[in-house]
Amino acid sequence: MLDFLRVDFLTLMILLPMVGALVVFLLPQERKQEARWIALGVSLVVLVMAIGVFYAVQANPPNSPDEWAFEEEAEWFPQINAAWHVGVDSLSATMILLTGLLVPLAILISFEITERVQAAMALFLFLETGMLGVFCALDMMIFFLFWEIGLVPMYFLIFLWGGKNRRYAANKFFLYTMAGSLGLLLATQLIGHLVGTFDIPDMLRVWPTLTGEDNELLGVDYSIVKYYALLGFALAFLIKIPAWPFHTWLPDAHTEAPTGGSMLLAGVLLKLGAYGFLRLAIPLFPYEWTSTRELVSLEYNLVDVLGFLAVAGIVLGALAAWGQNDFKRLVAYSSVNHMGFVVLGLAVAALMYGTTWAEEQAQAGNYSYLKNIAGIEVPEGVSDQSEVDKLYPPEQREDDRENARLAMNGAVLQMFNHGLSSAGMFLLAGALYHKAHTRDLRKFGGLWDIIPVFGALLIFTSMASLGLPGLNGFVGEFLIVSGAFRTYPVYVLLSMLGLLVTGIYILKGIQKLLHGPYNEQWAAYHENEHSLEIERREVIALAPLVVLMLVTGLYPNWVLEVINDGVVTFFTLGG
Amino acid sequence: MDVNWLDVNYISWLILFFPFLSFAIIALFTSRNLVVSQAVALVGIGLSWVLSMALFVRGVWGLDRDLGHDPFGSSTDWMDLGTHTFEMGVLVDPLTMFMLLMVPLACLLIFVYSLGYMRGDPHNARFFAYLSLFSGGMLTLVLADNLLLLFIGWEIMGFCSYSLIGFWFHKKTAMEAGVKAFMTTRAADVLMLVGVGYLFIMTGTMEGHGPTLNFREIMYDHHGEMLEHLVAQDAVIFGGSAAALIGVLLVFGTIGKSAQFPLHVWLPDAMEGPTPVSAMIHAATMVSAGVYMVVRMFPLLSAGADFHHGDYSSPMVLMGLIGGLTALGAAILALGQNDIKRILAYSTISQLGYMVAALGIGAWIAAAFHLVNHAFFKALLFMASGSVIHSMEHGEHHTHDEHGAHEHGGDSHGADEHGEHAHHAEPDGLVMDYCAPPNDVQRMGGLIHRIPATAITMALGGLSLAGFPFLTAGFWSKDEILAEAWHGAFVGAQAPLPLFVLLTLLVAAFLTAFYTARMWFLTFWGRPRTEAAENAGVGTFRKQWVIWWNRTRWGKQNPQRVTFATPVERLSAAQMEVPLMVLAFFAVFAGFIGVHTDFPLLGALNNPLHDFLAGTTAHHAEVIDLNWLPILFSIGLGLGGLGLGYVVYGIRPLQAGQTDPTERALGAGIWTALQNRFYIDILYRRYLVRPMEWFAVNIVIDAIDKETIDGVLETIAEFFTALGEGFKRFNRVVIDGVGDGVPALIGQFAGWFRHVQSGRIQQYLFYITLALLAIGTLFLIQVL
Repeated sequence: MLDFLRVDFLTLMILLPMVGALVVFLLPQERKQEARWIALGVSLVVLVMAIGVFYAVQANPPNSPDEWAFEEEAEWFPQINAAWHVGVDSLSATMILLTGLLVPLAILISFEITERVQAAMALFLFLETGMLGVFCALDMMIFFLFWEIGLVPMYFLIFLWGGKNRRYAANKFFLYTMAGSLGLLLATQLIGHLVGTFDIPDMLRVWPTLTGEDNELLGVDYSIVKYYALLGFALAFLIKIPAWPFHTWLPDAHTEAPTGGSMLLAGVLLKLGAYGFLRLAIPLFPYEWTSTRELVSLEYNLVDVLGFLAVAGIVLGALAAWGQNDFKRLVAYSSVNHMGFVVLGLAVAALMYGTTWAEEQAQAGNYSYLKNIAGIEVPEGVSDQSEVDKLYPPEQREDDRENARLAMNGAVLQMFNHGLSSAGMFLLAGALYHKAHTRDLRKFGGLWDIIPVFGALLIFTSMASLGLPGLNGFVGEFLIVSGAFRTYPVYVLLSMLGLLVTGIYILKGIQKLLHGPYNEQWAAYHENEHSLEIERREVIALAPLVVLMLVTGLYPNWVLEVINDGVVTFFTLGG
Repeated sequence: MDVNWLDVNYISWLILFFPFLSFAIIALFTSRNLVVSQAVALVGIGLSWVLSMALFVRGVWGLDRDLGHDPFGSSTDWMDLGTHTFEMGVLVDPLTMFMLLMVPLACLLIFVYSLGYMRGDPHNARFFAYLSLFSGGMLTLVLADNLLLLFIGWEIMGFCSYSLIGFWFHKKTAMEAGVKAFMTTRAADVLMLVGVGYLFIMTGTMEGHGPTLNFREIMYDHHGEMLEHLVAQDAVIFGGSAAALIGVLLVFGTIGKSAQFPLHVWLPDAMEGPTPVSAMIHAATMVSAGVYMVVRMFPLLSAGADFHHGDYSSPMVLMGLIGGLTALGAAILALGQNDIKRILAYSTISQLGYMVAALGIGAWIAAAFHLVNHAFFKALLFMASGSVIHSMEHGEHHTHDEHGAHEHGGDSHGADEHGEHAHHAEPDGLVMDYCAPPNDVQRMGGLIHRIPATAITMALGGLSLAGFPFLTAGFWSKDEILAEAWHGAFVGAQAPLPLFVLLTLLVAAFLTAFYTARMWFLTFWGRPRTEAAENAGVGTFRKQWVIWWNRTRWGKQNPQRVTFATPVERLSAAQMEVPLMVLAFFAVFAGFIGVHTDFPLLGALNNPLHDFLAGTTAHHAEVIDLNWLPILFSIGLGLGGLGLGYVVYGIRPLQAGQTDPTERALGAGIWTALQNRFYIDILYRRYLVRPMEWFAVNIVIDAIDKETIDGVLETIAEFFTALGEGFKRFNRVVIDGVGDGVPALIGQFAGWFRHVQSGRIQQYLFYITLALLAIGTLFLIQVL
């Protein structure tokens, strides 16, 4: 147990915010200013560490799925074969950077909180521990533990510092994610029990080919067991993303959460779901995702279903955003729309991952998996690699893999980009709400002349969110569209309808807030009661996001290089 | 990296960099200082222009180098994808060089013009920032060496046009026009994006090739090996070859950007922006970008087609049909407009139709030629119309007895009340298009005596648009398109597509000449029809004009008096009219570079344009033989239209109170249809936008999210609540009933604990969750 206390870099990075949270929480009530600055200071130290992790991984990217940077393993809970096993690869390094970046900004924005400051600051730091822990975890138990830690502080942030309807929103958020956690918990136990360890790399090695004795696991046909295990994972992650139709917690939670909470919720917590897919749900079930199933003579596989949910999220999310009159709800629904693209990219990645995996199995002499993977019909009794090559030529395989690499690059980049732009949008929405005490778009209009700086920043951030080329959002969407079109042409064309409506709701937001005749009423409010213009502190918090949106749009390679390393490694599987 | 930025291969980075730099400087630092902002913007675009000219001189005369074979350019790593790296770069080949001749110059002139036009606007600095960004976007598009960078420039312009059309965002109509422009073009852009993406991924399927969007790699290198590959692949959806699908998707982009039917609806509304913006959008940048893109991608669009022998690829057929239809339809619509800018807007749509149709029949050089000529004369016409409106506004103010110098350069004062009123009365917009008084040609007349320089330059621009034979640029490029269509219809391919294009374009040519004449005569000729026109503001060279005029035969009947303008007005007028004169020069003379070599006299210029541009593609386009028949047709129709216009409006100018002869001739039904744009806009609003919004609010939000999904959740929640209640009652009964149940419970607990100790995972996990919940609850209590 003492090994657990051995301080290593990642462990330090994960635990530092928790220690900070304790310190802040124990500060006396009247020490509000200290609590704020200590929290900010701690999160800035974590940011420096996160940058360190990112650039270390960039310099020495782990080149195989078994390789991890900053890997640490220590005994933790031997009774259940769980260990403190953490490490990062290029994909998680990107997410760690995003987390490290957004938490200080959210804390800075939360300086506006005046009640129970210590508790709020402590919760933000506690949340950071949870998020970093998920991105670093290489043990399922650790993963689950931190997954849950990510849930609790957010619940309290909404519940205690939220808006008028916070009780309903917080409970809905909690129940939804608990339902997901339940699935995750059961599936985790199941796999852990059957594999005999919770170590993620070990699970990834053993579980996909595990068929049990007589093709039975726990006395049930293995395919059924695996199917339900997959559903458990998928449910948890789909709720978190949130994919349609598991998204209805999000508009409420986002809308009611305090600004800093919304920023982290949209910026990082939604990414946990997508990260869960690419770290666990896809690699654990390559065959289950891609094998052909039949429903009333309609052939499909689960990836098709995933893609369908993605498109539904893109289109319906955009339409729902269009129909909102509450600015924060509009922004919240835009997350459903944007994360839909992530899911679409992940679907393509899952399809290719399954195919590659089946092929590797074939190379190892097991041809049974190839048979049922979409697109490749290997006749009975074939046991020769050249026969497989004839049916699925290596050039075509390479092309398909290139497709999938593009789509997945796009998906991960979109995760990063959405983190930037949605955090920025929530910051702006919150900044206005904090001063005007209303979010109702119908009550605004004609504000641009009153608050020019806010207006300019809103237009910039909105355009990034809309995916205007030259800013960050576009690159990810372009890559996803490119990578997915050959695989899912119909889905991509349908999702273009969503992209069109994205334009409508973004312009609606701008128009309803800024444009229109000079607003006498708000001008009087601005003059006499409370300035509506964005404050310097808020500009400082937004500035890094604005800069990164522009830089990523103009030169995506600063982050895409690392993402690409991770994606290439992802598709090399075991070999 | 050691880079000499003034080297021909790097200088183009600077060309596109300076306008962006101006934008950034104005947006971040100088937005409060108007004069500095204007200076920054002018210096930015000015430097771009100087560098472009330097590059042009180096490229055309300075180096002994075949620019088509060996273009200028450089690139840099931009994103790592899989095992390949995407490179972003600039490219200057003959086509880009040709565009560089026009774009920076036209932009610079528009900037200068804006100094005068926007004088006194409170958001002047913002305006110049947007203009700089706009020019930067266009230069990026023109200089891009790959389709992705082109698309970036393309969308930056989309954003700028949205912002500038809605520049006077206090006005509802302007705001809506901006949104309409953005959304209409975006509908096309999302399809184009799929096309770009599909092209990107398909190029990667060629052996030994990573995915690329570089123009040269796709269409030039190895004699278009990549194109053959793309033609050989089957499209992933809809059938046909991959090249055809990519081509069609790209053409959709142009249909939106260049305002072709059925996505032309945004352009007539785009004149809600300040007039320099209209000039920018209609001439130098936005709409030209659409045509430039299809010209640029022409080898891909025509891949696999042998159009010299009547075999057209699907993108070409699409372009031919849409282009011909648009050229004709928009020309008809232009007949029935009274708003001077709207007449010009429809003429833009129509002329773009010419270019698109030309590409449809394979005449890409003619299209590029017409593109640049059109940009010059349409920039001229728009800015001249701005000068007219400016002058009319002056008159309106004077008439309404307001102070002379107006504080706002608004094109349509009073549009708020009138426009809003009309909208409220008929929510579907089923009314004649509202026409702001200063824009209404019916209210003008005789303006040649107030702004003679504008009148004459506008006449030159109009003649160029109408294709006045031999002397104007528009004639040569339009004639080349018609000649190519004639060739396709009767000489070479003898296919139906060029015949269709020929017929539509010929009719449109006649109409173009007529409506141009109508517009000019109604505006400038005769006597003023309203008081506002009587008192319209004055322009440069008015004194000289009046002296000359009073000596002529007409002057004896209608003598004019000399009046004086204030210095500020004189400066504004000069800033607005000098660019017109420069453009008038190009509107007349830019055509001579493209005259057929067999043409008498002018053929001696040796048609430098064709040889120069032909080098852009791997397979050089051939010059068709000189054929006098289409030239005669073109001359006849152009002169015929102008002549008819002169007969109807010139000999006996329209008097105040008279009905427009065109309106009388067409009849009330057709006139109303034209004023309502053939009801297409209303159709879109009623059957597309409204139902979608209804669907969003009533189906997506209410029926799906609130009632179905949340409804199911609530039902589940209620079920569990009821279950919990049931257990509670059951427990009470059991506990009440079994008095000594407690020891038994303890026993049970002990047994349960043993299970926990046995290391069963479920319990541990359950424990963790419970512990977390407990911690959370404690937390809650503590902070409460």
